[in-house]
Amino acid sequence: MTDDGLEPGAAPAFVPHTAEDTRAMLAAIGVEKLADLYSEIPPELLGPDLSALPEGLGEMDVLRLAHERLHRSEPLLFLGAGAYDHHVPAAVWEITTRGEFYTAYTPYQAEASQGTLQVIYEFQSMMAALTGLEVSNASLYDGASALAEAALMALRLGGAAAGAAPARVLVPALLHPSYREVLRTVLDPQGIEIVSYPWDPARGTHPAAGLEEALSVTSARAVVVPQPNFLGQIEDVHALTAAARAGGARVIALVNPLGLAVLEPPGHWAGEGADIACGEAQPLGLPLSAGGPYAGFLTCRREFVRHLPGRLVGRTLDRDGRVGYTLTLQAREQHIRRAKATSNVCTNQGLAVTAVTIHTALLGAEGLRRTAAVAHARTRALLEALTGIAGVEAPWTGPFLYETVVRFPRPARAVLAGLHARGILGGLDLAPHLPELGPGACLVCATERRTPEDIVRYRDALADVLGAPPS
Amino acid sequence: MIPLVFELGRPGRRARLQAPAEDPALDDLPPALLRREAPALAEVSELDAVRHYTRLSQRNYAIDTHFYPLGSCTMKYNPRASNRAALLPEFLALHPLAPEEDLRGYLTCLLELEEMLAVVTGMRRVVLNCMAGAQGEFAGVSIIRAYHRARGDEERREMLVPDAAHGTNPASAVMAGFRVREIPTRPDGDVDLEALARALGPHTAGIMLTNPSTLGVFERRIVELARLVHEAGGLLYYDGANLNAILGQVRPGDMGFDVLHLNLHKTFSTPHGGGGPGAAALGVHERLLPFLPHPFVVDDPKEGPRWSRPEDAPRSIGRLASFHGNAGVLLRAWVYARLLGREGLRSVGPYATLNANYLAVRLRALGYELAYPTRRAGHEFLVTLRREAKTYGVTAMDVAKRLLDHGVHAPTTYFPLLVPECLLIEPTETESQETLDAFVEAMAAIRREMAEDPERLRGAPWTTPVRRLDDVRAARVLDLAWRSGGASSA
Repeated sequence: MTDDGLEPGAAPAFVPHTAEDTRAMLAAIGVEKLADLYSEIPPELLGPDLSALPEGLGEMDVLRLAHERLHRSEPLLFLGAGAYDHHVPAAVWEITTRGEFYTAYTPYQAEASQGTLQVIYEFQSMMAALTGLEVSNASLYDGASALAEAALMALRLGGAAAGAAPARVLVPALLHPSYREVLRTVLDPQGIEIVSYPWDPARGTHPAAGLEEALSVTSARAVVVPQPNFLGQIEDVHALTAAARAGGARVIALVNPLGLAVLEPPGHWAGEGADIACGEAQPLGLPLSAGGPYAGFLTCRREFVRHLPGRLVGRTLDRDGRVGYTLTLQAREQHIRRAKATSNVCTNQGLAVTAVTIHTALLGAEGLRRTAAVAHARTRALLEALTGIAGVEAPWTGPFLYETVVRFPRPARAVLAGLHARGILGGLDLAPHLPELGPGACLVCATERRTPEDIVRYRDALADVLGAPPS
Repeated sequence: MIPLVFELGRPGRRARLQAPAEDPALDDLPPALLRREAPALAEVSELDAVRHYTRLSQRNYAIDTHFYPLGSCTMKYNPRASNRAALLPEFLALHPLAPEEDLRGYLTCLLELEEMLAVVTGMRRVVLNCMAGAQGEFAGVSIIRAYHRARGDEERREMLVPDAAHGTNPASAVMAGFRVREIPTRPDGDVDLEALARALGPHTAGIMLTNPSTLGVFERRIVELARLVHEAGGLLYYDGANLNAILGQVRPGDMGFDVLHLNLHKTFSTPHGGGGPGAAALGVHERLLPFLPHPFVVDDPKEGPRWSRPEDAPRSIGRLASFHGNAGVLLRAWVYARLLGREGLRSVGPYATLNANYLAVRLRALGYELAYPTRRAGHEFLVTLRREAKTYGVTAMDVAKRLLDHGVHAPTTYFPLLVPECLLIEPTETESQETLDAFVEAMAAIRREMAEDPERLRGAPWTTPVRRLDDVRAARVLDLAWRSGGASSA
């Protein structure tokens, strides 16, 4: 092996060439060495110093290293905040990682991609059904990027307040802090302002009167209505939607898709419904996996379909009249429209969408409803158990959906550290995000995977950390 | 035809073991906010669903089943070891907001991958928080915008893009608030430097470039091009879509690029998954460090690897993901990088280029016309069928569809738009000579068919689950979702 790494016979890793193959192929091309293939590249650019790279390892050694690095004792999870620990049926990822799904690409050649295309069509159908809207795209990167694309789309739609009105989007004060940041990153370059409408700290929700006033002051053209909000509290989405419409704004619903198994879908909010719905599909079959890959979804009313960003699959017929599926309305997209496209989005979250589709098919409406209901019952039981400890309280008495706030008598940061030392991830410290709630505020969540015994463990550990006897 | 999952099963059927047996009341929620009608979803048994999706998977061509020379997409073998690591239960259970001490092992892998990528790209620093190539482009050009702004250079609002560029380039530049100006390509495939020089000025923010270009050839005057752009006060953005051609042999940083993204789902072999999830690595020159998107991994000498905090990135262009990016994809890329190591990474480009040039020579010998016959192919090359279109009345699309009948996924068709009736062919380094020879045989058979039985070509494919689909109907009679009751289109 010489220094340039281009000697025939050296083919390592996944290159199948024998020395003889390489020689024969070079001869067919009419050159002597691999290096000759780079004859058009300025010689001063060739052969960089790669000595800082490690030697390659065999599969056994890499997997051993992965195992060593990732191994840890698994804490009991009572943390949600946008990523939820739900049961995923064994079949979901067994099938999703079949090579035929795993190693295919975007279905440009429809006849050779009917599997992927039908899966996406089924996904679109499922998201449309869950949100109560007519049209869904093939997914976006994650919940935050779906919200950003939804905001851009809503502004493209215009509406009663369009035209002279400045480009502003109204978002709830209780929006996931990361979603707010992503909105800023994406909307700022286009000069779009993001303004919050107020929440009521006495209830943990956004009163419609506050939205009305914010709309009249800002003339915003789009309003984001969450269900539930960042703190898990159930909003009066009918009143918020009606207020947004009265102010001439488009309504973007930001929803947990599992929550929609039990909650009124955006398509029915205030009768007429929201214009667009979006959110994070992670609760439908995607493991926590350190934050991704997840999948964002985006659905809308049929009349807005040409403003949708991202891939769309349609059902059509082939030359023999057989039903088949194909990418459609591609004239909206970057590879055709270039600088005038609805978005720079290219692919979707294909494999994650495959998992969401299989998961949702396996659970069905009844399975999703029970999952949400049991998760909710567990969180109610958790709240009751924790507030039984002296000094721990629930700030509000209104409805929530399987995630809510408790207030510890000491800073949540320290309490959570104490719980972590006892093998429990006790929730999200809210002090950095909502200091007005006080230093003890903590966002807690119990999914259907937490047992009543797990909840007792949390309660006992918390009592121990706080130095209070369990009541 | 395989029915939709909604058309299988019976009302009331379900996979009972997959949801809790309990059914607690939701008596604490206001009735007006509860769902009144259940969503119309599937009602199937576990076996119904498993068989349905297994059968659907069998209707795909994939790398694991077929040669997949899809130009510009780098469809190389995706090691199963990568998937094994990303599906380790400890990793799947990791909550993104878990305390950093629970994340250290994962963050250590990310740091290693970042450092390896910095070495092979010649950039000062690489971060891994972009969830796709297009998002990497958006982040990269946003960084260029932030750089000029930080210098009070507000006039630099024009982004130059060669006419051969991927469509995402101009779309990303517009999203980042730039005007886009196209730069023409010369007949030999290089960017027209004279036209570039005329376009440069005090309004120039930078240029977005793919090298080798989408035409499959290396930009020979890249050093001079970089000098021109820098002298005019602009920056150079490298679209790493084609990095596989030169991986381990030439570094974008040495060519003069200031910021780049590379697609881990191409060059670092993470699965394409039917169209995602991808992930992009974003690399920058020293002077662009302050503007990197956050959060990124910080190698803290006291605490060990941790996520960046706001004070680590006060001038950042901002956040791009709900959490920290496509973690599972990044872990797969880390496995690939560690498997290959120095020697493996250094060989990717040369063998990818060997395979492409071998195919180009063999196809040319069959009579196929190369779009750039005087140029050395990179890791991919363009065939144009303009002569065949005239002589036989067959199109690039016909040849692509006929290849499906030969058990090969079609190359990219009609891209780049500059070349008429083109096929963009990228074999990748993981294909053997005998696979390439079988492809040549198929192309030879197709060539014979052009003269002997062109109808056979125009009617292709014949062996796939469906024949050519009516795209016009798909767009006109929009049917985008199934609805209960059968009325699927409105």
